Order: sequence, then structure tokens, then C-alpha cells
Amino acid sequence: MYDIGNLYEATSIKNAIDLLCEHPKAHIIAGGSDVLVQMREGKLAGVDLVSIYKLDEMRGITITDDKSIRIGSLTSFSHITHNKIIEENLYVLGEAVDQVGGPQVRNIGTIGGNTCNGVTSADSASTLFALDAMIEITGKNGVRTIPISEFYISAGKVALEVGDVQTAIIIPHKSYDGYSGYYLKYAMRNAMDISTLGCSVNVKLSADKTIIEDARIAFGVAGPIPLRAKTAEKRVKSAPINEQTFDTFAESILEDINPRDSWRATKAFRCHIGKSIAKRALEKAIQRAGVETHV
Amino acid sequence: MFKEITCSINGKECTKVIDVRASLTDMLRNQYHLTSVKKGCEVGECGACTVLIDGEAYNSCIYLAVWAEGKSIWTLEGLMSPDGELSDIQQAFIDEAAIQCGFCTPGFVMTTVEILNQKKLYTRDELRKLLSGHLCRCTGYQNVLNAVEKVMKDRLNQ
Repeated sequence: MYDIGNLYEATSIKNAIDLLCEHPKAHIIAGGSDVLVQMREGKLAGVDLVSIYKLDEMRGITITDDKSIRIGSLTSFSHITHNKIIEENLYVLGEAVDQVGGPQVRNIGTIGGNTCNGVTSADSASTLFALDAMIEITGKNGVRTIPISEFYISAGKVALEVGDVQTAIIIPHKSYDGYSGYYLKYAMRNAMDISTLGCSVNVKLSADKTIIEDARIAFGVAGPIPLRAKTAEKRVKSAPINEQTFDTFAESILEDINPRDSWRATKAFRCHIGKSIAKRALEKAIQRAGVETHV
Repeated sequence: MFKEITCSINGKECTKVIDVRASLTDMLRNQYHLTSVKKGCEVGECGACTVLIDGEAYNSCIYLAVWAEGKSIWTLEGLMSPDGELSDIQQAFIDEAAIQCGFCTPGFVMTTVEILNQKKLYTRDELRKLLSGHLCRCTGYQNVLNAVEKVMKDRLNQ
């Protein structure tokens, strides 16, 4: 039995917003793999919950008229990984969310819940940062869409006001068209572990595949919220594909990331693996774009 | 607060009034006496409480019982044939000595049902990943993998 104060089950998005406005202290529960665990630990003991889990209108992946990819916030990790649209256009996102927890957790966990927790280690978050994802929020005054970099405010805090529900994550066409990506999660175990450091890279190569035209690199657990490695991005933009570029890139990472000491790993260790996984992720992303490299 | 929940459990339509604070594990064990659904870690890490909901494997400990409304749920008890025979998966676990204390076994078996329903030939590494949501402190996993691989190949006539 869970120590739930009151449980309000939303019947529609509008109803969820009304319930949240009526009960401003209530927490939203989506898949519950974080909320229920925190409740069991006592951190959320006795709180009221508004359940949105049964709102099927918030599930599924579609391509919109402007060729953006729209992922309903309640879409589970496993459904994202096995979705045709994702496999064909956004393989890196399917790959990233396939590294969350274990198989059962990926069946219940939702991409909306993953991002709304506001934690830096969320496996989907670094890739969504690297894709310049847009977050669709529905509130009492209607729908608004903001960049993911504005959605994350500080550790555990996102741009949701009372009565707001995150309803979708949108990947604009220009973010994925012509890009290939790679997500590398460094953790102590291969399954059921939280990332020690995660790195997601998206690259676009020149037509003759010799120059990196554009690169977007994001890290998880390299700061209080997921972050983009802007200095490293600038240094590899327009650079030729060779070992020297990879090394410059790896070194530049240290100017962007700011990990902390925690019981999971020290700052020094995170900086050390940061260089390695960034380099490897960049090379792998370039390989996926069809270029042979050494890795 | 109480609520009436109707769902299909092991192929039978069932209705019971439950406490809305209950997990699906609580409901299946306490209301329906399906004690194959084990209470292990109760935080979604060990997989001992795994059941199938609409064909997908879930940790029932971190699934609210009220969400079961309208769903089709299968537990280990549902695998037994009417004459009491074990399923091929359960038999393979016995044949391969994939069981010691048995506490993790119902969960492993239910995830195996989900895996084999894909009707795909997986590599051993892929099976490892697909089974990685279960903890077993006795077997060391090798025999579990052997058992799952054996049924997979048998079913695919490989």
C-alpha cells in the first residue's frame, strides 16, 4: 500500500489541468517509476497525486505537417525505441531511452516523466538537448512551446507552473534532417543503473563527407542540469574529419562541463571519462553518417 | 478511498473493490491470492513482481492497482494448462536447473513470455539485456539464460 494522500485520476488533459488548479499541492504521476519510489522512500509520503497515466491522447509518435516529430509525453521508452518513425529518423533517441533502467522500467517509464523530473542524469535529456527539442506545455491559458534549454531551470526544477502539464516533446525537422547521432552512457552496470556521465552527439557532414558541417553535443550529469558543450561544438564546426579534430574536441569538453563530486563518482573521474566518451560518441556519430574512422 | 476495478486476470473477467493506494502487487496477492507475484524490493529494481499487462512486462509493485481498469493481466498462474501441466518455459527452467530458491522465478518466467512472444531469434547478448530487469541471488544467471535460449530455439524449430 502506498502512502498516497488523495488520488485524483484525470479523465482528459483539460480535466488534469482543472484537478491541478484545484489541488495546487498535488504532484503529477505519469508512469510512477520515480514518484512511487520516492513515496516508498518517504520523500513524498502523504502527498496528493493527480494521475495522468491513463490519458492515451498523450501517447504516440507522429510526423506533423512541418515534418517535425511529435512524441506524446506519456509515450513509454520501449514504445519510442521500437517506433518506426524513430528508427528511421531519430535512431539516437531510441538508442538513448533503451538504456534507461531495465526492460520493465522502459515499459512503464515515460519520456515526459523523464524530463519533468528535471534531473541531469535522465537518459533522454542529453539527447533531447542535442536535438534542440521543443517542449509543449498545456496549461489553463492554453498551449505554449518552449526550447528544452528553457524548460530545465535548475536541479529538479522545470518550467511548469501550477496547472501545467507537459503534453508533448517536439523534434523540429531542421534538428534531425541530415544529422546522425550517437548516445553514450557511462555507468557502473549495463542495466538498472543511473548514468555516471552521458554524452549525446549529433553531426551533419559536408556532401563529400570530409568536413563536419555542424555538431551538437550535450552532456548529462556534467552539471546540475543537462548542458550543451558550446565551446567544443564551435571548435569542431567546419573542421576536417581526422584524429586531430577528435582530440581538439575531447580537450575542449573540459571548458564546457562542470561535473561534481558525488557518491557515484568524483569530479576528476567524470572529467576524465568525459573526454573519452565525448571523443568516442563523436567518432561513432560520424561512422553512422557513413565515414570510416578508427574507433 | 475505495474504487471498483474491472480487469481481465489470466483470461477471466474480474471485478473487486480495492483501496486506491494499493499497488498492482497488493491487489493480485491480497484480493486474488495470486502469490506467484512476489514482493521483493518493491521499488521496481528486482523484477520479482513482474506480470504481463496487455502483453508487456511490468513491475507490478510500481504500478497502481487503479490503472489495471480495463487491462488484461497475466501472472504465472495463468500459464498452467487446464490439466495442470507446466508451460514449456517453466519446464525448461526445471530442466536447465535455472531455479534455486525460486523467489525470482515467476518474474523471470513472465518476462520470458514477453520475449518469446516476439517470435525472434535473439543472440545470447540480446537475451541478457532483455532479462536484465531481474535479480537472482542464487543461480548466477547462466542457467536462466540457457533455459530461455532453449525454449526460444525449440519454439522456432532451430
